[in-house]
Amino acid sequence: MRRALTVRTGFVSVRIDRRMLVLAAVMLTVIVALALWAVTLGSFPISVGQVADTLLGGGGKAARKVVWEWRGPRIAAAILFGALLGMSGAVFQSLTRNPLGSPDVIGFNAGSYTGVVVAMMLGASGYAATVSAAVVGGLIAAVIVYALAFRDGVSGTRLILVGIAISLFFGGLNQWFAVTADVDEALRAAVWGAGSLAKVTPAAVAVAAAIALAALVIMPVAQRWMSMLELGDDTAAMLGLRLERTKALLVVFGILTTAVVTATAGPIAFVALAAPQIGRRLRGRGASVDLLSAALTGALILLAADIVAQHALPGILLPVGAVTVCAGGAYLLWLLAVEGRRR
Amino acid sequence: MSAIVSGPELIGEALRVGYRADAAILDGVDVRIPPGELTVIIGPNACGKSTLLRTLARILRPAGGAVLLDGADVRSLPSKVLARRLGMLPQSPIAPDGITVLDLVSRGRYPHQGILRSWSEDDERAVDDALIATGTLDLADRQMDELSGGQRQRVWIAMALAQQTSALLLDEPTTFLDIGHQNDVLELISGMRDASRTIVAVLHDINQAARFATHLIAMKDGRIVAEGRPTDIVTAELIDELFELRARILIDPAYGVPMVLPGG
Amino acid sequence: MTTTAPASALRRRSPAATASALAAWILILAVLCVASLAFGSAQIPLPELWRAALGSSDAISQATLLGLRVPRTALGVLVGAALGVAGALMQAYTRNPLADPGVLGVNAGAGLAITLAVAFLGVTRIQEYLPFAFIGALVAVILVYLLAAARERPPSPLRMTLVGVAASAVMVGLSQTLALIDVQAFDRMRFWGAGTIADRPSGVLEAVAPWIAIGLVLALMSGRALNAIALGEDLARSVGARVGLTRAGVAVSATLLCGAATAAAGPLAFVGLIVPHIVRPFTGPDQRRIIAFSAVVAPSLLLICDILGRFMAPGELQVGVVTALIGAPILALLARNPRAAHL
Repeated sequence: MRRALTVRTGFVSVRIDRRMLVLAAVMLTVIVALALWAVTLGSFPISVGQVADTLLGGGGKAARKVVWEWRGPRIAAAILFGALLGMSGAVFQSLTRNPLGSPDVIGFNAGSYTGVVVAMMLGASGYAATVSAAVVGGLIAAVIVYALAFRDGVSGTRLILVGIAISLFFGGLNQWFAVTADVDEALRAAVWGAGSLAKVTPAAVAVAAAIALAALVIMPVAQRWMSMLELGDDTAAMLGLRLERTKALLVVFGILTTAVVTATAGPIAFVALAAPQIGRRLRGRGASVDLLSAALTGALILLAADIVAQHALPGILLPVGAVTVCAGGAYLLWLLAVEGRRR
Repeated sequence: MSAIVSGPELIGEALRVGYRADAAILDGVDVRIPPGELTVIIGPNACGKSTLLRTLARILRPAGGAVLLDGADVRSLPSKVLARRLGMLPQSPIAPDGITVLDLVSRGRYPHQGILRSWSEDDERAVDDALIATGTLDLADRQMDELSGGQRQRVWIAMALAQQTSALLLDEPTTFLDIGHQNDVLELISGMRDASRTIVAVLHDINQAARFATHLIAMKDGRIVAEGRPTDIVTAELIDELFELRARILIDPAYGVPMVLPGG
Repeated sequence: MTTTAPASALRRRSPAATASALAAWILILAVLCVASLAFGSAQIPLPELWRAALGSSDAISQATLLGLRVPRTALGVLVGAALGVAGALMQAYTRNPLADPGVLGVNAGAGLAITLAVAFLGVTRIQEYLPFAFIGALVAVILVYLLAAARERPPSPLRMTLVGVAASAVMVGLSQTLALIDVQAFDRMRFWGAGTIADRPSGVLEAVAPWIAIGLVLALMSGRALNAIALGEDLARSVGARVGLTRAGVAVSATLLCGAATAAAGPLAFVGLIVPHIVRPFTGPDQRRIIAFSAVVAPSLLLICDILGRFMAPGELQVGVVTALIGAPILALLARNPRAAHL
C-alpha cells in the first residue's frame, strides 16, 4: 500500500518515495547515455567505445584531446548548468506558489544583462569582467526586487509583479545600449544575452561542479523547507518553521544557483521555468515541484538543447539560449493550455 | 491508566494587536484559557476572535503585552519547541495540488523531525494514530483534492493531531462545511477533549459553541464581554449585546445545553 | 465630499466638471506639442515657431529641424493616443488594473510578426509590414486571452499578467533569435526595438493614422458596453449589453491600435498601463470618459517622455527607454498596494 521505502539504519531514519527513486535512476541513465553520444558528434569522428575507453583512462592522444578538452567540458557544463537552473526554478516556483515564478521572469536575467552591458560600456570585456558584472548586475536586480516586494513578509504574487516591473526596467536600459552602441558591440551583447555554452572553460566547469555538489548537500534541507512552505505561511509557522529566515535563505540559494550559470554562460531562458514543471509531471499526477526532479530534468533539457544548438542546423552554431527559447516557449504555451483544461 | 497530567494553560496578558498602527483590534485584552477544557470563542464578525486566536498561536505579533504558555513567554521559545506543544489549524489551509492524505498528515510531524531522522517509528505511529482517530485511515492514499469538504477538514485535523501537541487551536474549523460534516468535525473535536489537552476553537455558530464547549468566551469589539460555562453565560441579554438580536434561550432537552432561537 | 468609498465611486461627476477637466488636458497636450517642437538638441524660440506655422520660415536649419520635429510630435500624439486607449480597453475588459499592451504581449506579437517579415520577406517599408503587425497583434491578443481564460473565467489579473509576460517573453525571444541569425535584420530591428518616435521613415504617419483613427472610434463606441461588463459578464448580459459583440469590438480595436502603434514606433510599454490610473480620479469609473481622457492624457505622457529623452543622456534616450525607466517603478509601486496581493 505504501509507495515509500523506509530506511532505518543506525542514526538515519528516512522515508524515500519509490517512484522518485526509479525516476532518478532512469533519468541518470538517459543523461549519461545522451552525454556519451554527444561526445561522438562533430567533425572529428570518435565512437562511443573510444569515448568510454578514454574516460576509463585509456584511449589515444587525439581521443583524449577530444574528450577532455574539446567536447567533454561543454557537455559537463550543460549537465551541471541545467541542473542548477532547474533547482533555481524549483525554488522560486515553490516560493511564489506559481509555475511561472522563475528567476528569468523575476528580473535576475535582465539585471545581469545590464551588468554586462555596463561593463562593456566601461570598456571591460574580458571573461572575468563579464562574469563579475553579470553576477553583480543580477544580484542588484534581485535585491531591488526583493526589497520592493517585501512588505510584512513576501507574498508570491507581489514578488512576481515587482519582478516583472524591474525586469522591464532593466530591459529598457538594455534596449538603450543596443541602440547607442555600435553594431558589433550590440551584437556581442545580444549574443551573450541569448546564452551560450561555446566559451565555457574547464575552470568554469569546475566551479559549477563545486556549487552543484554543495547544492546536492543542501538539497534535503531545502526540500523540506519547501515542502513545509507549500502548506501556506500560517501552517508552516505553526509547524515550527521560521518563515522569513527560511524564505530568505531559499531565495539566496535560488539566486546563487542561477548566478553561477548566468555569469558563465549568459542568461539561458526557460530552463529554470520549464524543468521543474516537466520534472513534477514525470513524477506522476499530483506531485508538486521538487528539487531533485527539477535538477535532473534541467540537466537533460540543457544537454539536449546544446546538442541541437550545435548540430541541428548545418553550418550554423546557434546559441543554446536560442534553442531553449524556441523549445521552451512552445512547451510553456502548451503547459498553460493544458493546465487550463485540466480544471 | 496513565498519571493524569494537566493540560497546558494559555494566558494572554494585556494584548494589544492591530493590523495597522492606529486601529487596534485588541486593546489591552487579558485572557486565560483554562487547561484541559474545550474553550470556544464566539462573537459577531470582526470582534477580534480570530485575531485573538492567532495571537495566542504566535502567528500574529502583539504590539503590546505577552502570551504565556504554562508561564513561559511564547516569543522566548524556539519555533520548533513551541510547535511541539502548541498546534493550530488555520481558517483556510492550503493543500498543495495533488498531495496525498498520508503525505499531508506526515508533514505534521515536522517539529519532531531532523534531516537524518525524518521518518522514525514514532513518526509512523503518530501518523497512524492520527488517521485512526479521525477516521481517515482508509483515505490515506487518496489525493486531497478528490475528497469532500468534510473529509478534507478531518485530514487537516489529523495533521494537527499527528503533531502531538498538548494545546490545539482551531480557527473556524466548520466554516464552508454542510451541517452533517460540521457535526462530524465537532464530534471529533469534542472527542479529543481530555484533561491533559487544552483545545481552543473559534466558532461561528453560537448553538454549536453552546453544545460542545466546556468553557465559552464571548467577545465584542475587541473585548471579552463574558466568559464561563455555556449554561451560565448564554442568556438573552448576552445574545442581544453581542449580535443585537432579540432571541429566546431554550434548554436542549437532549444535552441540557442552551439553544438560541432568534425572535423575541 | 467625504462620503464612504463606495458611495463616492458612484457619485456622479457633473458633466461640466468633466468637460472642463478634459478641456484643461487638451490645453496641456497643446502646450506639450509646442514644447516638443521647440525643445531638443537645439531650441527653437517661440516667435520662430509661430512664424513657421504661418508659412514663412527664415533659416533653413530651422526648417529642417521642424521638418523632423513635426512628424515626431504628430506621431507621438497618434501613438500615445493609440496605446493609452488600448490600455484603457484592456483594463476595462479584463478587469485587470495591470493590463497593458506591452505587459500582455500584444506588442511582442506585433514585433515578432514584423521581425519575421523583415527577416524572411525582406520587407522594408511600413506599408508592407503594417499588415503583419496587425496579424501579429491579433494573434497575440487571442492567444493570451484564450490561454489565460482556459483555467478560470474571467481570468484573474495575476494569471493574465503571467500569461502575457510568458507569451511576451517567448515572442521577444523568438524575435531576438531571428535577429541574431541575420545580422542585417538585427541592425535594422535594434532601433525599432527600443521604441522610438524619432527618425521614422517617411510615410509612417500617413500609413498608420487611418487605422488608429478607426481603432479610436471603435473604442469609444464600446465604452457603454464596457461599463456594463465591469459588473461581470452575466450581469452585463442581463442588462442587455452585447457581450460577444463587445468582445470582438475590443479585440479588433486593440489589434488596430497596438498593431499600428507598434509598427510605427516599436514596442512601447507602460503607457497603456499607467494612463488609465492617472485618468480615473478625473473621470470616475465611466469607461467612455476614461477612454476619451486616455486619448488625450496618453499622448501628453508620451510627449513628456520624449522631451525628457532629449535631455536625459548625451545623445538621446529613445522614448521607449524612458517609458520603461519611468513606468517600471510605477508598476512596482502599484504592485505594493496591499490590494495587489489579492490579485
